[in-house]
Amino acid sequence: MSTDSIALPMVDEESRPLVDRLHDWVTTVDHKRLGILYILYALFFLVVGGIEATVMRIQLIRPHNDFVSPQVFNRMFTMHGTTMIFFVVMPVMFGFANYLIPLMIGARDMAFPRLNAFSFWLSAFGGILLYFSLVGANGLYGAGNAPDVGWFAYAPLTAQTFSRGHSTDFWTLALLVSGFGSIGTAINILTSILCLRCPGMKLGKMPLLAWLNLVMAGLVLLAIGPLTAAQIMLCLDRYLGAHFFDTQAGGSAVIWMHFFWIFGHPEVYILVIPAFAFVSEIVPVFSRKAMFGYPIMVAATVAIGFLSMTVWAHHMFTVGMSSNANTFFVLSTMAIGVPTGIKIFNWLATMWGGKIHFQTPMLFCIAFLFQFLIAGLTGIMMSAAPFDWQLGNSYFVVAHFHYVIVGGILCALFGAFYYWFPKMTGRMYNETLGKLQFWLFVLGFHLTFDFMHIPGLLGMPRRIYTYEPGRGWDNWNLIVTVGALVQGVSILIFVGNLLWSRFKGKTAGSDPWDAWTLEWTTSSPPPVYNFATIPTVRSRRPLWDLKHPEDPDWKYE
Amino acid sequence: MSATPITMRQPELKWGLPSRGHVAMFALIIAESAIFVIFVVAYLFYLGKSLTGPTPKQVLEVPIFYTICLLSSSLTIHFSVQALRRGNVATFKAWWFATIVLGAAFLYGTAHEWYRLIYHDGLTISTNLFGTTYYSLVGLHGFHVIVGLICLSAVMAFTLLGDVQQKHAYRIDVLSIYWHFVDAVWVVVFTVVYIIGR
Repeated sequence: MSTDSIALPMVDEESRPLVDRLHDWVTTVDHKRLGILYILYALFFLVVGGIEATVMRIQLIRPHNDFVSPQVFNRMFTMHGTTMIFFVVMPVMFGFANYLIPLMIGARDMAFPRLNAFSFWLSAFGGILLYFSLVGANGLYGAGNAPDVGWFAYAPLTAQTFSRGHSTDFWTLALLVSGFGSIGTAINILTSILCLRCPGMKLGKMPLLAWLNLVMAGLVLLAIGPLTAAQIMLCLDRYLGAHFFDTQAGGSAVIWMHFFWIFGHPEVYILVIPAFAFVSEIVPVFSRKAMFGYPIMVAATVAIGFLSMTVWAHHMFTVGMSSNANTFFVLSTMAIGVPTGIKIFNWLATMWGGKIHFQTPMLFCIAFLFQFLIAGLTGIMMSAAPFDWQLGNSYFVVAHFHYVIVGGILCALFGAFYYWFPKMTGRMYNETLGKLQFWLFVLGFHLTFDFMHIPGLLGMPRRIYTYEPGRGWDNWNLIVTVGALVQGVSILIFVGNLLWSRFKGKTAGSDPWDAWTLEWTTSSPPPVYNFATIPTVRSRRPLWDLKHPEDPDWKYE
Repeated sequence: MSATPITMRQPELKWGLPSRGHVAMFALIIAESAIFVIFVVAYLFYLGKSLTGPTPKQVLEVPIFYTICLLSSSLTIHFSVQALRRGNVATFKAWWFATIVLGAAFLYGTAHEWYRLIYHDGLTISTNLFGTTYYSLVGLHGFHVIVGLICLSAVMAFTLLGDVQQKHAYRIDVLSIYWHFVDAVWVVVFTVVYIIGR
């Protein structure tokens, strides 16, 4: 046992001028600060995207409503989708990966700290570019407008003829720029995990969070390229008169769909695999048991990674592909349910017979398990092409993927926020408010997204700005909107809880959960250098070994 | 600032990890390959679907000489890195310069071909689908050659200033992998555009 900390020239942080402290944040290359920047940036856009969703829900609360015009409604769903996918969930996942991976693998920083900062600022610039379209899309002549082509921007709607001005270009460039940022971060995550593990941490002894983020980074490398290529083609079409997606010159609108979804479906797994990672860290700690079936969990994740590259055209059953293509994508899509099911059983088996602590992070993980299961089941329903022909482009689809993203990913994210908040800030959140937020959120979520399936089954198409009364959709839409407002209140409580606890919460100490991975060995918040002495590990739960020298894990692994 | 240092006694723990430069460069190459794959697929998908001429058969000539230039630059850069590993900076400099010359020659070949296609054959990116896919695929590759040449020239400048020594061989090696990648992509582009496409 050697020194616990490295003496740094201590400056009283509070006494320095605000400008200096902000300057430190802007120029930082520290993985923890960049992680927090990513997370704050994503939280900001979460509020923006949430407001856009609320505008849409208010418009749809009753038939023939005229809260916003059809044009504004189109901009709202385009900006909502683009913002939530590219500027909320991706950055928040990168933020957690940035913050946690070096701490969990016993390293002092990411492999390329400056590339890390560069990637963050590229992503941030992408988000600003997207929203600059609100003023700049008409070239600053008058009131601009935001992109209105939908988040997957099908051709030929994006051609110059149908999309005048620059709104589509802002969309294209924003995704291109943030895509480069994502590739940079993915390279960094992958390299850090492969090259910076502390002595003894073989691949089979890494925390699952590191494993799952490794797969996520690999998927980013494979999936962002097609999006980048498609955006370059779209730029060439719009500015140099190329004909990639121009059907009048022999080009194909369908090939845009293929290129977009070759990116788009792996993207879903880029978002959900880090959510799996959070659940895989939180469930064992709050069940007081080691993760059940670690090697199977890793294998299932890698299998999901591979399978996710082969399922993209299930977004296109209604386009009219050959029956061979339909059959292939039906089967590959159904096959992905197998490794996902294995994961669900692994989490259940981890909880089985454990001494479960029902604190807020665990509550959110349990909600994740139920909701993600239902989302997966509607996914299997949609994967059958004939079923999809009936319900494609309906509110049933909208309900399905929001079940994945809100019920699955966002719930796991809330769990992660509560679980690592003490580590990031050194203070404990308020448990009562956390539980209140949990129950409100679950109530709001189910009001919105359970009932959203029904107008879909009754034939309500997605992306319509209003509807006729008397089709049996009215009451369902009212309930859905009320649920959205309940979720809004719950998110306000969440933000309030974190803000209040950041300054007034109880001191957390370095290991408030009696957890087992390396990030809990450093102080909360961790010092700049993370570990004074680079740790050495012998098992997947190094802190267990330390706390229980009489019965260490490495005897059994 | 209290922390619990963890050091588990482990007799004969042998610990080696892959080098981060190589891993990161291979990761970048995977991401770049994904971009190229989409452009190659688009090229193959639109083969023969142009509604008007000119067609590849009418206007494309196989650039054998410039292809040999680019491919042999992989050899010269390999010799160059090997020389630096042995600490022979003068040989390194000569082979490195040869690589830049070969790369620049290839780029000249592309420029010449494009000039001929545009001014004599009237083929631009907006003429037909062949023009669209040809200029974007070859152009994307050419863009990578330009980026590679900028990096190579930067190293050349540092070498002339006397700042590149044996200890930098590792970094130079990582850069050379990128150049090999650019060459390998040309093999694919060449096959698709000049062999299958004609």
